[in-house]
Amino acid sequence: MELALDIKDLKKTYASGTPALKGVTLSIPQGDFFALLGPNGAGKTTLISIVTGLADKSSGSVRVFGVDMEKEPQKARLHVGVVPQNFNFNIFEKVIDIVVNQAGYYGIPRSVALPRAKKLLTDLGLGEKLNVTARELSGGMQRRLMIARGLIHEPKLLILDEPTAGVDVELRRSMWAYLEKLTKSGVTILLTTHYLEEAEQLAKRVAIITKGEIIVNGTMEEVLAMHDDSAPKDKYRAGKLEEVFLKLVEGDAPTL
Amino acid sequence: MTPYQLWTSYYTIIRKDVVRMVRIWPQTFLPSIVTSTLYFLIFGAFLGSRIGEVHGVPYVMFVVPGLVMLAVVTNAYMNTAFVMFQSKFFARNIDEVLVSPTPPWVLVAGFVSGGVLRGVVIGCLVLAVSLFFTHLSIHSLFVIFLFLVLTSLVFSLAGLVNGVFAKSIDGINIVPTFVLQPLVYLGGVFYSTQALPGFWGTVTKFDPIFYLINGFRYGFLGTADVPLYVSTGLLVAFSAAFLLAAWYLIRTGLGLRQ
Ligand SMILES: Nc1ncnc2c1ncn2[C@@H]1O[C@H](COP(=O)(O)OP(=O)(O)O)[C@@H](O)[C@H]1O
Ligand SMILES: [Mg+2]
Repeated sequence: MELALDIKDLKKTYASGTPALKGVTLSIPQGDFFALLGPNGAGKTTLISIVTGLADKSSGSVRVFGVDMEKEPQKARLHVGVVPQNFNFNIFEKVIDIVVNQAGYYGIPRSVALPRAKKLLTDLGLGEKLNVTARELSGGMQRRLMIARGLIHEPKLLILDEPTAGVDVELRRSMWAYLEKLTKSGVTILLTTHYLEEAEQLAKRVAIITKGEIIVNGTMEEVLAMHDDSAPKDKYRAGKLEEVFLKLVEGDAPTL
Repeated sequence: MTPYQLWTSYYTIIRKDVVRMVRIWPQTFLPSIVTSTLYFLIFGAFLGSRIGEVHGVPYVMFVVPGLVMLAVVTNAYMNTAFVMFQSKFFARNIDEVLVSPTPPWVLVAGFVSGGVLRGVVIGCLVLAVSLFFTHLSIHSLFVIFLFLVLTSLVFSLAGLVNGVFAKSIDGINIVPTFVLQPLVYLGGVFYSTQALPGFWGTVTKFDPIFYLINGFRYGFLGTADVPLYVSTGLLVAFSAAFLLAAWYLIRTGLGLRQ
C-alpha cells in the first residue's frame, strides 16, 4: 500500500544549535490514524513543521504520498492539511474569511470554497460564528476554526499538533468523534497529543519520540503489550499506554 | 498548480489585503488625505498668492505632483512593509500561505500588488482633493499613470524588502520619517531646482525621488527640471533593481522558514 507519509533519517538542528531531530524514520500507511507521543521539547512540532514546509530539514528525506517534499514541495503540499499547535491566524479577520482565504491559497475559488467552508464550520459547531472576527471566539472555538481551515482543501493527510491541549473534556470527546469520522472517510491522520488516553482511544499506530529520537514505533497492540502488569504500582494508576510511556521516557520528564 | 489555481491564490492574497485596507481605512486612507488637505490649504490659499508662479503655473499647482508622490511613496512602502512584518511576527499567519502549494513568487506578487494598489488609489485620492484647491492641467495622462504605477511598484518592493529584514516594528516605522520624507522634501516638492543653484541644488540631484517627482510633474505641466527620458530611465532602473532584490529574496525563501 502507498504510504501517506514516509520519513527517512530526518535530522534537524536549529540555527541556534539545538539538535531537535536526530535521525527520525517513520512511515504512516494510507488511511491510518497515527499518534506521535512525546514529552515537551521532544521534537514533535519540529517534525510537523518540516513535513508542512514551515521549517527546513538539515538532512534526510520526507515523502508525502510518494512525492518528495524537497523536489516537488508545491505538489507535496497539495494533499496535506495542518492544524498547528499555536494559533496562527489574524484575529481581526472574520472566521469565514480565514477559511475561505485558505482555500484560495490552494487554488480553490471562492464560489467553491464558500459553501464548503460554511458546511465545515457548521459541522464543527461554529455555524453561528461565521461572520464574527476570530478574536471573539473562545480558545476551543479557535482550535476548531483551525481544524476547519486545515480541512478546507479536502486533504488526504491531516496533521494535528496537540489539537486538544487546553480543550475541555466534553469538547475533546466531540473532537475525537469528528476525527474518527474523518478516518472512516479515508483521511489519514497524524496526531500529536499530551493526553495518552486520547491516543489509546483513537490511534491504530503509535510512535514515541524523546529528545529527537523515536524510541518506540508500532501498532497500538504491540505497544500496549509492552505493558508490564506485574510491575509494582505506585499510588497513581494510569491507563496502560500512559504507563508504558512513563516507563520509556523515564528520566526525560521534567521533575518539579 | 495550474495557471488558474495560481491566479486564484494571487487574487486571494490581494483581496485579503484590500479587505484589510478598507477595514482600517482611518489608518490607511485617511492620514494622507488629511495631511495633503492641510498642505493644499497652506500653499494654495494662504501662501500661494504671495509666492506667485513657478514654471509658469500657480504655486499650488506646482506642489501638487510632489505632494501626491509623497503620499504614494509612503503608502506603497508602508503597506507591504507592514503586512509582511505583521504576518511574520504578530499573528504568524504567513504560515497559512507557507503550508499551501502557493509558490513564493505568487506570495510576493500578491503582497506587492496590494502595495501598488494602495499607492495608486492614494495617489488618485490626493489628486482628487487637490481639485478643490486648483485647476489641474494635464499634459500626458500616460506619463502620469506610468509614474504613479512604477513609483508605487518601486516602494512596495522596498517595503517588502524592509518587512522581510526588520527585526522590530521600529525598523519599519522609522523609514517613512527618517528616510522617505526627507528624500521627498529635498526632492523638489516645494521648489524648482532652477531656483536653487549651488550646494543644495547639487544635493537635490543625488536624490532619486527628485527624478520621480520631476517626471510625474512633467505629466501635468509638460515641463520639468530634467528631461523626461532621464526620469523615466531612472524609474525603470529602480523598478528593475528592486525586482531583482525581490527575486533574490524569493529564491532564498524570504527568510520565512526556520
Ligand atoms: N524555532 C526554534 N529555534 C530554536 N530551537 C527550537 C525552535 N523550535 C523548537 N526548538 C527546540 O527544538 C526542540 C524540539 O522542540 P519542539 O519540536 O517544539 O518539541 P515538542 O513539539 O515535542 O514539544 C526543543 O529543544 C526546542 O527548544
Ligand atoms: Mg510541540
